[in-house]
Amino acid sequence: MDKILGWIDARFPLTQLWESQWGKYPAPKNFNFWYYFGSLNMLVLVMQIATGIFLTMNYKPDAKYAFDSVEYIMRDVEWGWLIRYMHSTGASAFFVVVYLHMFRGLMYGSYQKPRELIWIFGCLIYLVLMGEAFFGYLLPWGQMSYWGAQVIVNLFSTLPIIGEGLALWIRGDFTISDVTLNRFFAFHVIALPLVLLGLVAAHLMALHEVGSNNPDGVDVKHQPIDPKTGLPLDAIYSHPYYSIKDMVGVVFFLAIFSAVLFFVPEMGGYFLEANNFIPADPLKTPEHIAPVWYFTPYYAILRAVPSFFDTQVWGVLLMGAAVMIFFALPWLDRGKVRSIRYRGNLYKGWLAAFVISFIVLGYLGVVPVTIWGQFPQGWPLLGAADKATVIARVLTVVYFAFFLLMPWYTARDKTKPVPERTT
Amino acid sequence: MNKLPTIVAAIFFAFAGAAGAAGGPALRLEPAPINRLDAESLQRGARNYVNFCLGCHGLKYLRYERLTDLGLTEQQIQDNLIFGGQRISSPMTSAMSANDARNWLGAIPPDLSLQARIRGTDWLYNYFLSFYRDDTAPTGWNNLVFPKVAMPHVLAQLSGPNRLVTTSFDNHERAIAASIAIKGLTLLEPAAGGKWNLATVAANPDAPGTLSPVEYQKWVADLVNFLDYAAEPIKNKRISLGIMVLLYLGVLFTLVYLLKRSIWKKIH
Repeated sequence: MDKILGWIDARFPLTQLWESQWGKYPAPKNFNFWYYFGSLNMLVLVMQIATGIFLTMNYKPDAKYAFDSVEYIMRDVEWGWLIRYMHSTGASAFFVVVYLHMFRGLMYGSYQKPRELIWIFGCLIYLVLMGEAFFGYLLPWGQMSYWGAQVIVNLFSTLPIIGEGLALWIRGDFTISDVTLNRFFAFHVIALPLVLLGLVAAHLMALHEVGSNNPDGVDVKHQPIDPKTGLPLDAIYSHPYYSIKDMVGVVFFLAIFSAVLFFVPEMGGYFLEANNFIPADPLKTPEHIAPVWYFTPYYAILRAVPSFFDTQVWGVLLMGAAVMIFFALPWLDRGKVRSIRYRGNLYKGWLAAFVISFIVLGYLGVVPVTIWGQFPQGWPLLGAADKATVIARVLTVVYFAFFLLMPWYTARDKTKPVPERTT
Repeated sequence: MNKLPTIVAAIFFAFAGAAGAAGGPALRLEPAPINRLDAESLQRGARNYVNFCLGCHGLKYLRYERLTDLGLTEQQIQDNLIFGGQRISSPMTSAMSANDARNWLGAIPPDLSLQARIRGTDWLYNYFLSFYRDDTAPTGWNNLVFPKVAMPHVLAQLSGPNRLVTTSFDNHERAIAASIAIKGLTLLEPAAGGKWNLATVAANPDAPGTLSPVEYQKWVADLVNFLDYAAEPIKNKRISLGIMVLLYLGVLFTLVYLLKRSIWKKIH
């Protein structure tokens, strides 16, 4: 065995790669619950690719056969139903895990210097993942696939001057059609996954270069070396310690994942929508078109913005800004500490407000704007306005205020002293 | 941070409460009394479907041979469920061509393979129970769950011509109380002068069907059970496999967790 390894190492840096990227990577020893989600993202990514390969073996990217081929996979392909449910549940699971992973970054200041590039690669992964989910959602060619894609592509046509041409260029046709299905298939199964894998590699290499943050925000890398282990005082090797710890997380995650997959694969219409069991019909618009749950916070922002100067483009721009603003985070935060453990009440309060607005906006994006009724007629300003729309506007302001006011409140927050060692 | 869930819940309920009192029409569906493990009910449902529905509505994603899932042998399927000359491996499509359908009915009856996943079983169950006589409708039939439905009541010989019974109440509370007391399908609608109308479908004692109302409900439940099976034939296998997978993951979790504890013992 050693001989084979030696033979390879003389020709390819296999051992070096393994040791620098995982085996001998010194990780802080105080990772908590929130540090499971990185490896879980990796697991879901691999699972989506593996199940995706098997789905493409039987799926037909053709407007005439796409819907039928999905039912064929569900009924006639050996274990096809399992592969398909893994893929459809996996899509939602991916976003659950990504959102929790991002929240971890916000809590512990993982984007701060010197980890800005890790954060930017992460934001790019998030962006590509949204594209991947959007393109993939068209493939089953159900009513929601079709009309969801129609609505999203039409958003681009609100842009001034280039809008119409851009939408046409994306669709390759004047409506969503077979041409669109074919190109979305190409994007979904090869273009974006390739970009995604590259970005994930960059994300991990940057992480292993800089070293991991931790719940205390202590820079473990710059601690004195423990003579017994040859590692910084509060560091341990990733292998075997985090290999096995992540395995515990993986099995726990798989249990929840399987419970959904085997018992409620539709998740009450949130993972697989009832309307998507109706084949796409370009002549019949569904009464209520809502995006899948992971896009709904942005959809709620889009709907909350009124049209000015006869154009809806402001909502589209604000929705785009809501996603892109994450990139600026490392430069918006002027706090002297990383972790929420040593931040003051200002940051804690704003983070809580942000999380609430994200969740409630997510809810509002699923339901019709009339859900909470209207304000009474006579009220000044608010009279007869939909309550949900007004609330969505307030929450949109909170969402952006969290970012835009950050330079101010993080600089003046009363922080606690950060310890030398992890706790 | 522990207050966070409370705050979120408070915000949600403050508005949800206001929404609950809103005054639109409200349909109360009766839950479908179906059991996905009841093979006899599924077999009766398949028989009902083939006799009354398949003439117009196909199940193009379901093959006849698949019905062995319901505990039938291929011979039984061949003898009892296939009327035309189809092979047992062919899908359960309707014999009516799209052209004929357009000429005879004005529309093509939808394929029902996935109907239970689109509408839900409760909706389907109540739909079949809520046809009533309406002389103003082109077919002579109307439906409480699906107003102005194009489909005639093809099960009328079984159920008899049911009637729409509407009761008027002075206020919303009384109407809701009555709707709960009925323990069945009801439609609550606001009427002029702050009154509320409660509509429900009742049998016509002067013109009974070949089945009693209770027998008809059972007949429909069997049919809906079968449609639920047709929408996802793998459902029973999926759930029983899921239980095994979770048991396995439970054991695996214990082992992996113990291993983790022993490896981490050295770390302080």
